Amino acid sequence: MNAKVADRVATGVFIVIAFIIVSVLIGLFSFILYHGFQHVSLKFLTTPSSNMSAGGGIRDQLFNSFYVLFITMLITVPLGVGGGVYMAEYARPGRITNIIRSCIEVLASLPSIVIGLFGLLMFVTLTGWGYTILGGALALTVFNLPVMVRVTEDAIHSVPRDLKEASLALGITHWHTIKTILLPSAFPTILTGGILAAGRVFGEAAALLFTAGLSTPRLDYTDWNPFSQISPLNIFRPAETLAVHIWSINTQGLIPDVDAVSNGSAAVLILSVLLFNLLARWIGSLIHKKVTATK
Amino acid sequence: MVLTYTNEIFDINDLNLWYADHHALKSIHFPIIKKEVTAIIGPSGCGKSTFIKTLNLMIKMVPNVKMSGEINYNGKNILNSKMDLVELRKNVGMVFQKGNPFPQSIFDNVAYGPRIHGITKRKHLEEIVIKALMDVALWDEVKDRLNAPALGLSGGQQQRLCIARALATKPDVILMDEPTSALDPISTLAIEELILELKEKYTIVIVTHNMQQAARVSDKTAFFLMGELIELDETSKIFSKPEDERTEGYITGRFG
Repeated sequence: MNAKVADRVATGVFIVIAFIIVSVLIGLFSFILYHGFQHVSLKFLTTPSSNMSAGGGIRDQLFNSFYVLFITMLITVPLGVGGGVYMAEYARPGRITNIIRSCIEVLASLPSIVIGLFGLLMFVTLTGWGYTILGGALALTVFNLPVMVRVTEDAIHSVPRDLKEASLALGITHWHTIKTILLPSAFPTILTGGILAAGRVFGEAAALLFTAGLSTPRLDYTDWNPFSQISPLNIFRPAETLAVHIWSINTQGLIPDVDAVSNGSAAVLILSVLLFNLLARWIGSLIHKKVTATK
Repeated sequence: MVLTYTNEIFDINDLNLWYADHHALKSIHFPIIKKEVTAIIGPSGCGKSTFIKTLNLMIKMVPNVKMSGEINYNGKNILNSKMDLVELRKNVGMVFQKGNPFPQSIFDNVAYGPRIHGITKRKHLEEIVIKALMDVALWDEVKDRLNAPALGLSGGQQQRLCIARALATKPDVILMDEPTSALDPISTLAIEELILELKEKYTIVIVTHNMQQAARVSDKTAFFLMGELIELDETSKIFSKPEDERTEGYITGRFG
């Protein structure tokens, strides 16, 4: 086979692979959305779920998903970005740094059910909190933190070295260089990492089963006092997220319309991830444009 | 080859530098005179870039570097561990091989140094930026688009912007590490003219691969070879009758 033929074959193979990926994606999306949207309505999104009778919605689960995501990112992003900056800029290259890096990678690849069990021991039993949003968020942090650290480290490493040199040569301190040059330049990559991490949080069920629980107390959305038991903002209450809800009604649901509710929930879940992605990217590009002065 | 001057801004005595085990600079004695252009020439790997990076201690970014000797800047030895790097680098600015503007607007690039060094009044910053851009003859080209991204400028403009950025912290020395090696002949000419103007106010040290450039812009020329300073003298003398035959061999193109 000569080089020209080989080149044509390779091109063909890659086109086929791309085609397979795109059709799997489109097939999956349209299947879920087609089956789901028949059950999605404003009423579905705004009624609380029901344990026994048909016609329950997913109001609390949807809110819980976003709220757990928010609390998780609130913990993960500062710690993860800080850890990444340390690894990229302060840690001396050598054995200890390499050991830390391997540990981070192992942590990132732990099965989420194991992290769920760890969370049960640490954040539910040992602390005595019971099933809480905070416990769930901390468990999710355990497996998102390594991703965030790694992404930040790589993003900072990929900022051209001349920029750092230029800043230091102006008599700018290391910290100011990190703050004003390295982090803004690395921002788009860090944001992508953050979005990936957020997507994982949104879809995670196993790690939340034993930490945030399978139930939600009766909530009053007019109560904004985060210390009140019935306030949705209370982080010391149990919270079933959308992904957990889909799992639980399918395995132990007593409602007659299990299929309808889980199909609808799946569609809402996918759309939420999609919307969150687009929104985060849009805001990210606005910030990036403002910093880099590009229009 | 012992030169003594009274108006030295840098006085380097017996400077040695090692990269791990590699002896990269060998007992360098080098006076640098105020408001003159000193060019450093020599073949690749001779230590000329290493040398210029010792003057603002950017060399400290390289791991495993050891130095001995003295680099006296205005009478103070900067190799002393108590040296304030921020203060030193404010006064000894640097321009690199490739223009490396920050991914920010033109204004923010020039204002970057002064802003972080504590100037917050917009008015004052504007004065500094305008003056720096005028000094590098870039003002007329960019005055209508100060808020445009600096990366949209041409290579030559980017390099002049970087010089303006270095000028904005009000240094008295400007180090240039092969500032025109990535530029076309016309931009190179513009930078060379700029160097001749800047020496009215600043002391300039320039590393160059281009011997004609050294001859065109500098007052003194130093020739480095294998980590040693072979010869340092008036540029006209180096290029007409150098004392060392290795210098002559290099400038006549027999090696290097």
